Amino acid sequence: MKYIQLSHGGGGEETNDLISDLFYKYFNNEILLKAEDAAVLEVENKIAFTTDSFTVSPIFFKGGNIGKLAIAGTVNDLAMMGAKPLYLSSSFIIEEGFSFSELETIVISMRDELAKSGAKIVCGDTKVVPKGSLDQIFINTTGIGELKSTEISAHNIKEGDSILISRDLGRHGATILAAREGIELVSDLGSDCETLWPAVEALVEAKLNVKAFRDATRGGLAAVLNEWAQSSEVCIEINENLLPICDEVKGICEILGFDAYDFANEGTFIIAVAAEDEEKALEVLKRFDFSSNAVCIGTVSSERPKKVILHSPWGSRRYLELPKGELLPRIC
Amino acid sequence: MSLQLKDLYDSFREPNTIKALSQQIKKESLKLKEPLYIMEVCGGHTHTIMKYGLKQLLPKNIEFIHGPGCPVCIMPKERIDHAISLANLDDVILLTLGDMIRVPGSKTSLAQERAKGCDIRPLYSPLDAIKIATENPDKKVIFFAIGFETTTPMTASVLKIVEKKKITNLYFHINHVLVPPAVEAIMQSGEAKINAFIGPSHVSVISGAKIYSPLADEYNTPVAVSGFEPVDVMESILMIVKQKNEEQTKVEIQYSRAVTLDGNIKAQEMIAKYMTPRTHFRWRGIGDIESSALVLREEYAQYDAEKVFAEFLSDEPIDDHKLCICGTILKGLAKPSDCKVFGTACTPNTPLGSCMVSSEGACNAYYRFEEI
Repeated sequence: MKYIQLSHGGGGEETNDLISDLFYKYFNNEILLKAEDAAVLEVENKIAFTTDSFTVSPIFFKGGNIGKLAIAGTVNDLAMMGAKPLYLSSSFIIEEGFSFSELETIVISMRDELAKSGAKIVCGDTKVVPKGSLDQIFINTTGIGELKSTEISAHNIKEGDSILISRDLGRHGATILAAREGIELVSDLGSDCETLWPAVEALVEAKLNVKAFRDATRGGLAAVLNEWAQSSEVCIEINENLLPICDEVKGICEILGFDAYDFANEGTFIIAVAAEDEEKALEVLKRFDFSSNAVCIGTVSSERPKKVILHSPWGSRRYLELPKGELLPRIC
Repeated sequence: MSLQLKDLYDSFREPNTIKALSQQIKKESLKLKEPLYIMEVCGGHTHTIMKYGLKQLLPKNIEFIHGPGCPVCIMPKERIDHAISLANLDDVILLTLGDMIRVPGSKTSLAQERAKGCDIRPLYSPLDAIKIATENPDKKVIFFAIGFETTTPMTASVLKIVEKKKITNLYFHINHVLVPPAVEAIMQSGEAKINAFIGPSHVSVISGAKIYSPLADEYNTPVAVSGFEPVDVMESILMIVKQKNEEQTKVEIQYSRAVTLDGNIKAQEMIAKYMTPRTHFRWRGIGDIESSALVLREEYAQYDAEKVFAEFLSDEPIDDHKLCICGTILKGLAKPSDCKVFGTACTPNTPLGSCMVSSEGACNAYYRFEEI
């Protein structure tokens, strides 16, 4: 068994071995292999730029691992601005004694996830810290994407628009929670972790009147809708019985007292689209496996600006508030 | 076909059933001679009423008064300070249930102490206490046990295992409280205008529905022992309205799926083996109530954190922030929205009073599920 040692982060021979045996091997591309102090990039249009750090625990979970998440997370942030993901950096902070083969598994997942959007890792860094300084491994990725649409913004949503969701809610949060709490399920509930760019690209290319995209990560659907209602000064009205939630997620919510619309997702996005393009947008989404169950969950009104209203199937209604307090740390 | 979790709740959230019950309640309520002030004793019911928007489905002459049935909300500050003092002792792991972590004591909260480095762990199941104590033989593991009759048998079963496995590093700080003395205290004060009760089913699964008989008899109030799903609560309200119209005052069991008159005798025996009523317990906002909580029996003193660590714990009463009206809310004399600091100085992130902390607290439920 090979283990990561402090010397792997020391900048000497062992560091070089780690870089060539692992990172160059799997992230292999011309810009990276030049091994300069900084990558030199060419981009034609306006760019989108984002960064995210990944600290999820456990690092391996059903439906993914920290590496897959580190790519999908940053690539999705770019995609949500209508930007084609192009270049990523990746920084690893690794605890001394971490298994080399697990690191390789993580790096292979990252390579596979990159292939879905065509983005490349063009620079990176590796630090190894003494045992006990951190829990196994943290990864930071930063990304640049080329804007394919300048119309996408959380400020653009208007009365009458439709609100769509790409798939069922809460899988990532429920999966991590179940793993963390040792809840054994008689099912194969897994994280929804996925690169969303292919569907976003198709929606942009279809020239639909899309107002905004946002992936429902930490804070879940409740956070996205409240942020949109605030930014665009509109009221978003959601029908509770239209919210797609699988039985396993419902069950975990029941047992532990959570609500699926507060749970984190890592491959689920919300789309605000002009009502006349709702059907066309759903058709586009249904072409992709990860969004084949996309549905409309509500509409935008002027009823109570800056608020989100949840309608129950029996005719009562209430505000859907932002999740508060300590829901769950280290979800991503 | 196996039973799935959703089979247990789907039909109790069935929209047409809820609508039909709403219609029936509205029809029956036309015959009411006086407005109905129903105290839902348990915070779980407050949560159901607010989350599912049930108030909007009821006529104007039926109102809810939110009761003291939230174990976090009724915990006086001096006992939260106990937990904080215990957590700060050397080589201690303090265990407790979810919301206790955030509730403010006199100066700080367990969450703040945890951030400073104290080993404080929330439990989803009290049985995890056994595992943590076994895995940390060089630590003193203290279980800060909270809850009404519902959670008490779990604590008793942990004690049973501790005794059997001869575990010597697990201690118990018992804060188990009892529903009937608290409700009796509120009614005795004569201030509250309550004229009916919804009793929590889970308490009666353990203690039986009979615990409410004295209440129904003495104060002429109908009681419905209710489940926690929207259909359960609506059906219970219908039962109460019908009782009122028929001038009856009895204890009815809506949650017939698991509640009997006598309850779970085995669980009651197990509790009685390890615990006995305290002479008195100070309820936050309500004050001292005789025999309203439990304490470990003398023969289990070696497990009793209050005795073992007595030199570090003070029982000096500490009152609430002067702007906080949690006490008045717990008595059913005010609504959260009557409080000056509700939603401004006091929010779930910065709670001044305990009713804002727990998801079962009336203020928290009003804040989260604000009505339109």
